[in-house]
Amino acid sequence: MATAAEQTPMLTEQIREKIRAYIPRYPSKRAVTLPALHIVHEHFRCVPFRAMKEIAEILEITAAEVHDTMSFYGFFPQAPIGETRIWMCRSISCMLTGGEPLLEHACKRLGVHSGETTSDNKITIEFAECLGICDFAPAALADDGRIFGPLDEAKVDAMIEDVRAGRQEQGLA
Amino acid sequence: MAEFEPVLSRNWNVPDSHTLKVYESRGGYQSARKALTTLDPDKVVQIVKDSELRGRGGAGFPCGMKWSFLPKDRKETFMCINADESEPSTFNNRILMERDPHQLIEGIMLGCFATKASTAYLYVRFEYINAYRILERAIAEAKAAGLLGKNILGSGFDLEIYVHRGAGAYICGEETGLIESLEGKRGWPRIKPPFPAIEGAFRKPTVVNNVETLCCVPHILERGADWFKSIGTPKSYGPKLYCISGHVNKQVCVELPLGITARELIDVHGGGVWKGRKAKAVVPGGISMGILSGNELDTKLDFEDIRKPGCLGLGTAAVTVMDDQTSMVDYLYNTARFFAHESCGQCTPCREGCAWIYKTMKRIKGGGGRIVDLDVMLQLANNMGIMPGTTICGLADGAAWPIKNAMAKFRPEFEEYIKTHQSGPKQITELQEAIFQGKTPAISGPSLPVLNAK
Repeated sequence: MATAAEQTPMLTEQIREKIRAYIPRYPSKRAVTLPALHIVHEHFRCVPFRAMKEIAEILEITAAEVHDTMSFYGFFPQAPIGETRIWMCRSISCMLTGGEPLLEHACKRLGVHSGETTSDNKITIEFAECLGICDFAPAALADDGRIFGPLDEAKVDAMIEDVRAGRQEQGLA
Repeated sequence: MAEFEPVLSRNWNVPDSHTLKVYESRGGYQSARKALTTLDPDKVVQIVKDSELRGRGGAGFPCGMKWSFLPKDRKETFMCINADESEPSTFNNRILMERDPHQLIEGIMLGCFATKASTAYLYVRFEYINAYRILERAIAEAKAAGLLGKNILGSGFDLEIYVHRGAGAYICGEETGLIESLEGKRGWPRIKPPFPAIEGAFRKPTVVNNVETLCCVPHILERGADWFKSIGTPKSYGPKLYCISGHVNKQVCVELPLGITARELIDVHGGGVWKGRKAKAVVPGGISMGILSGNELDTKLDFEDIRKPGCLGLGTAAVTVMDDQTSMVDYLYNTARFFAHESCGQCTPCREGCAWIYKTMKRIKGGGGRIVDLDVMLQLANNMGIMPGTTICGLADGAAWPIKNAMAKFRPEFEEYIKTHQSGPKQITELQEAIFQGKTPAISGPSLPVLNAK
């Protein structure tokens, strides 16, 4: 028996339209899976199972296929993340220049574990493998595109303040 | 040799270098205009073949030859541009895309014209957020100016470039992994043959090229194959973007002729090793390429010479410097963790091998190592990868190489570490474990039991 919640689609017509706009780009509809996941993620800050089911309907594939792709990438969370996500690099250049203790420092400052979101819902902090910003090592990246580095404890504190103040999408080089 | 003149990076420090106006004012799109209006696609392939341009993504496969593998009777061709640059300490493609996106677009135009591809997918890793925005804007600009779209410059050649964003997977930088990911599947590399040139994206003939490789193409067409071959060392021609990071005074990306020595790169372009120290070891081209010891710094960083001291290859030419106070155990631990995290899990030797090497390194680092562990790791390393023929792609070779090199060059240090670091049941530091688990110990302790605890 379908509940009321199941009958109301999770993805609005606007989101569906955004996803459909990608279909002409590729010879197969399935290729839109990753763009669709990104669109949903951008909107909800997570990819719930119901959204995957609805993506599958739009792309005429099975929900399992969407889930298969989604779960391969460590990128898409099932529960909403904070307003801004910060990745702190732990790969070789950042490790050599002292990146790992800085993640611990940032977590302490935020009062959360790596991979969690602050209680004011502003920041999710995670470690990452090389972010390709080694010229700033030890470095961190916010998911609005801001690069922070080279970091030390004071700069991590400043970064947290900056990110807490809100996203800056226009920050182009 | 004449004074080296940088070409790939020539616009980087020009204000607004990402705009079409600035790019054209500096001679941009002239090669594309020339090629599209006066040359035959096969002629473009021939020029690139003559230049002996080798792929800049890691394997160093000759670009022109790759293009000529496409079947002659093909109806449709796809071009994929690999901008999923995830090799640790590599960032040259990011700078190329952020500071000079039109150079890449011109390279894509020429590549597609030569291979008769009318659709190009630019696979950019998600983390390059600014590069993605800049590229989208640059593509729109080029399209508005009639440089992309239908019947470009009246040549009858059509081209659309679509940016496809990745989602944080190292393996999607492998060409068939990239194709699978593009098709909306998990990024598992395919068994070859068939090679992408025969059956690639959407089962059509496909060319996969690296960003930097394509960025070289407009310059080759402008200045000729002979100019290109006048730069660099035999079999490794042309300019190359070297990234320098780690324990140096200046972490930068510089354009130099192929074949510069590691020593010159560090001392002249990286400002020397930091804090006045000496280099103990240098990663020559991203961590999967192995390691050069401090007394091998005069090795030329090109496609051929780098193999002499036992490295896997030039890779991405991303040089990471480690000073004389770095522990090789930390280095190997870091690389083992990286590959254990990034192995896609398709082939058993790689999935299990990387995981076991990581666990072993974790135990050694934590003070529970045995001398025999070094031999076990070496045995694992010798049996995983394309070279021993046990995996589909080269990720496992990359995971094995740091171990092979570290054991050949720094084994006494590992033995010494194992002998002097025996702290019973204590494993790696709590922080190290926590970072792997994604938890912070200072607050709640590790979320999973520590593996191999006695």
